[in-house]
Amino acid sequence: MSAFAGLLRKEWLHIRRDRRTLLVVIFMPIIQVILFGYAIRTDVSGIRLAVVDPSPDASTLELRNRFAGTDAFRVVRVLPNAGALDPLFASGAIQEAILFDGDFGNKLARGLPARVLVVVDASEPNSGSAMESYAIGVIQSYQRDIATKGGAVTIVPEARMRFNPTRASSNLFVPGLIAFVLTIISALMTAISLTREKETGTMEILLVSPLRPLEIIVGKVLAYLVIGFVSVLLVVAEARLVFAVPLQGSLFLLLAEGLLFILTSLSLGILISSRTSSQRVAMIGALAGTMLPTILLSGFIFPIESMPWPLRLISNAVPAKWFVLIARGIMLKGVGLEYLWPQTLILLAMTVVLVGAATRSFRIRLA
Amino acid sequence: MRRVLILAWTEVLHVVRDKATLAQVLLIPFIQLLVLSNAATFEIRNTPLYVVDQDHTSASRGLVTRFAASGDFDIVGASPSPEVANERLLAGDVTMVLTIPHDFERDLVREHAARVQLVVNAEKGMAAGIVQFYASRILARYAAELQPSVGRGTAASIGLETVPRRGAPDLDIRTRAWYNPTLDYRHYMVPGILVALVTLIGTLLTAQNIAREKELGTLEQLNVTPITRGQFIAGKLLPFWVLGMFELGAGLVLGRLVFGVPVVGSPLLLFAVSAVYLVAALGVGLWISTIVETQQQAMFVTFFIMMIYLLMSGLFTPIDSMPRWVQIVAELNPVRHFVAISRAVLVKGATLREIAQPFLVLAVFAAAVFGLAVRQYSKRAA
Amino acid sequence: MTAPNEVAIEARELTRRFGSFTAVDHITFDVRVGEVFGFLGANGAGKTTAIRILTGLLSPTSGTARVAGHDVYTESEWIKRRIGYMSQKFSLYEDLTIAENIRLYGGIYDLSKDAVRDRMSRMLSRLGLEQSAGTQVRALPLGWRQKLAFSVALLHEPSIVFLDEPTSGVDPITRRQFWELIYEAAARGTTVFVTTHYMDEAEYCDRISIMVAGRIGALGTPAELKQQFGVETIDELFVRLARPTAGAA
Repeated sequence: MSAFAGLLRKEWLHIRRDRRTLLVVIFMPIIQVILFGYAIRTDVSGIRLAVVDPSPDASTLELRNRFAGTDAFRVVRVLPNAGALDPLFASGAIQEAILFDGDFGNKLARGLPARVLVVVDASEPNSGSAMESYAIGVIQSYQRDIATKGGAVTIVPEARMRFNPTRASSNLFVPGLIAFVLTIISALMTAISLTREKETGTMEILLVSPLRPLEIIVGKVLAYLVIGFVSVLLVVAEARLVFAVPLQGSLFLLLAEGLLFILTSLSLGILISSRTSSQRVAMIGALAGTMLPTILLSGFIFPIESMPWPLRLISNAVPAKWFVLIARGIMLKGVGLEYLWPQTLILLAMTVVLVGAATRSFRIRLA
Repeated sequence: MRRVLILAWTEVLHVVRDKATLAQVLLIPFIQLLVLSNAATFEIRNTPLYVVDQDHTSASRGLVTRFAASGDFDIVGASPSPEVANERLLAGDVTMVLTIPHDFERDLVREHAARVQLVVNAEKGMAAGIVQFYASRILARYAAELQPSVGRGTAASIGLETVPRRGAPDLDIRTRAWYNPTLDYRHYMVPGILVALVTLIGTLLTAQNIAREKELGTLEQLNVTPITRGQFIAGKLLPFWVLGMFELGAGLVLGRLVFGVPVVGSPLLLFAVSAVYLVAALGVGLWISTIVETQQQAMFVTFFIMMIYLLMSGLFTPIDSMPRWVQIVAELNPVRHFVAISRAVLVKGATLREIAQPFLVLAVFAAAVFGLAVRQYSKRAA
Repeated sequence: MTAPNEVAIEARELTRRFGSFTAVDHITFDVRVGEVFGFLGANGAGKTTAIRILTGLLSPTSGTARVAGHDVYTESEWIKRRIGYMSQKFSLYEDLTIAENIRLYGGIYDLSKDAVRDRMSRMLSRLGLEQSAGTQVRALPLGWRQKLAFSVALLHEPSIVFLDEPTSGVDPITRRQFWELIYEAAARGTTVFVTTHYMDEAEYCDRISIMVAGRIGALGTPAELKQQFGVETIDELFVRLARPTAGAA
């Protein structure tokens, strides 16, 4: 058996025999996809709303009923004036408040400006804007209704969510979640594989063997590919079965790209592992170095378009960002390589660069 | 007590002599804090928009101009053909397609009501919902603009007939943000990211540290001495606790200086809560170290728990949006409570009374996890 | 048997099972105060398990044992105050200096700062390391490290010290020096319980026992045992016991 095949076999035996780690590595992504698939939502419903209505009349009541009538809101307080709002906001009892002008109905009827003030608890600016837009949406639809009755001009949008007609929150997040979960678990698998050998002293044995540094690195990465692929299969199955995320495109392509992505992430881990001889340093590097950047810069929750340009630039270096595009493309849009070849090529290039850098690091450390 | 201090001091020496770890632990939180805090926002500018104008009237052109001028959108292409628009959606370089049907102006003039079609690219995730809202806002404003020209005789510019009508309803919607009036998302994210990083590093260091001693056999050497469980744990955790407090403090100062994060409430209160919180976070690390045998396992378990903590902390997505059963799980998450408390104190100026409930939950959690870990840590194998 | 106050370690039918595997199988022996007791046996014979039980690191499955007058089941924390331990895997923290290591153990054993200082200077001058108090342990060669670790195990002047293969991998001259240290400790009244692979070291002990597959196959002074089994060296005795089928008498 060639030295390389021998190395593969050794790595495979390590993996198989560390039952605990194996179980964790296989089951973690599954549990995570389920948990986070449910947890990561941004639809707001049951927004705790207070209404300040100094002079209730038919119009204010009509509008109030519209708020009460949607699932998006829950009217928890109706107040005659705004005095009591502060403690309600401070304790979190209410998240949003609608304040009517005095004499609202009259002003409307006579064509005078009738004001509605929408106040949101902006200590959560992200859901703050969503809450605000929901409220404005209700008011605007009321506005359109009374305007048409009165003959004023309205432009009605017909909105369609292309590639996600059901507007299911999970369709938005789950493909990205897959990328996130897979990248970190793969990076972790290889992140300490080299440092562990160095610390326990078995690295010297490898070095004395006919194996070249490149072979050692590639061997370690390939050994974990099987597990990684099992993870891909499982999480894609979960996305389909548990969350009913569509798969408009080719399953084969998705799995193949998944495999490529695992390879990229494994290579990232190996690079981390090659740069230090201490398991502790590799661990902190892998965890602290990948977790937040991947959550924040991959586009899986926060749109990359919202970020200042330096961050948009940096996000290109995050492998998960590309797979998020690929996964969404294949699952939601049903496109194939004809559109996804740039992203695929980038992942391929990243893998090569990472493996190359790891090999160079490895050689330098030894020399 | 002396035993605790001498053990803690020894730990400090270990960390200080490990230059690489020291650098990581001091640099990573602050660098990531500075860089990543800018990432977490849902406000979007310059969304790529494709226009399919099938009307070609002054009304439709006026609408397109409003979109272009809004600052929210970038018109990246226009054509009368929906097929090209579709191509661009598939290619993914367009977030929204605005289709103005060919009766647009006529409907406006005749019926005072017209429709347009907005197709949003759901592949863009969150951005999709948000840009839709931006678009409706522009449409509403445009409609309101067209309003006064009725009755004022400037209808000729857009071809609207002047129809005598009584005063049309003028519903004026204003908005205001309670707290955080500038709506700077970073005021909100910076404390959260800081907490996340300090927790991650603190828990990992604790778990890895003791797991390493197990692996190497140095733990055995300590188990043979008369040092008690409590003293050992206190001595091990103390340096990491101090480190965590320091990082939280320095991070907040940094946040104030660089991002202008407000400190409306009492810093002292926040430090008191931080002290309790760190006991919880490190206690989790300690507990992890009692259930694993190797450093590698410590890493994976820490990762698993940290992921859950982070993604269910309300940092990135609101807890209120989660299904009920998930919210219950989130109640057990100390990060969630600490993030809520720190935001309440920093941004809302909350006092002890207002944060009493989550503070209590944190304290109970800290006591429970710490107690559990101590109980599970045994100097003698069964 | 020997009088109770002369017994440092006492084991009766001491047993430890791991699932279906019996690592220590009903061993019975005494170690007298001030003795140098050699605890021999092949790898896997159960020596390390037995030591871990006696030092309070592992609970026995059955049988009894008393160390320094205390019961291993109920008073293991008391035992730990009276014993010292030098393990096979680990001696001192490599990234700390000699002085820092000593201060750590001094603190753990509640020695006063003065006591620590005194004992440290005595220890270092005995070992010839006076100039090296500020050197990190990792800079010391293995032999020095082992001698130092032994001395640190004695820092709090325990009545019994357990040594698990203390001279493994060390050159013969250093081994000789190490055993001088052991004799000095024994002369001061410290009981030394030492395991080793080196059969010539067995000759240095007052009494030895040989463990085979969890049981004690031989117990007595080296001279007694050689006569009893009709062999010239303990090495031969060992082979005879550990591998009954190999090498005829």
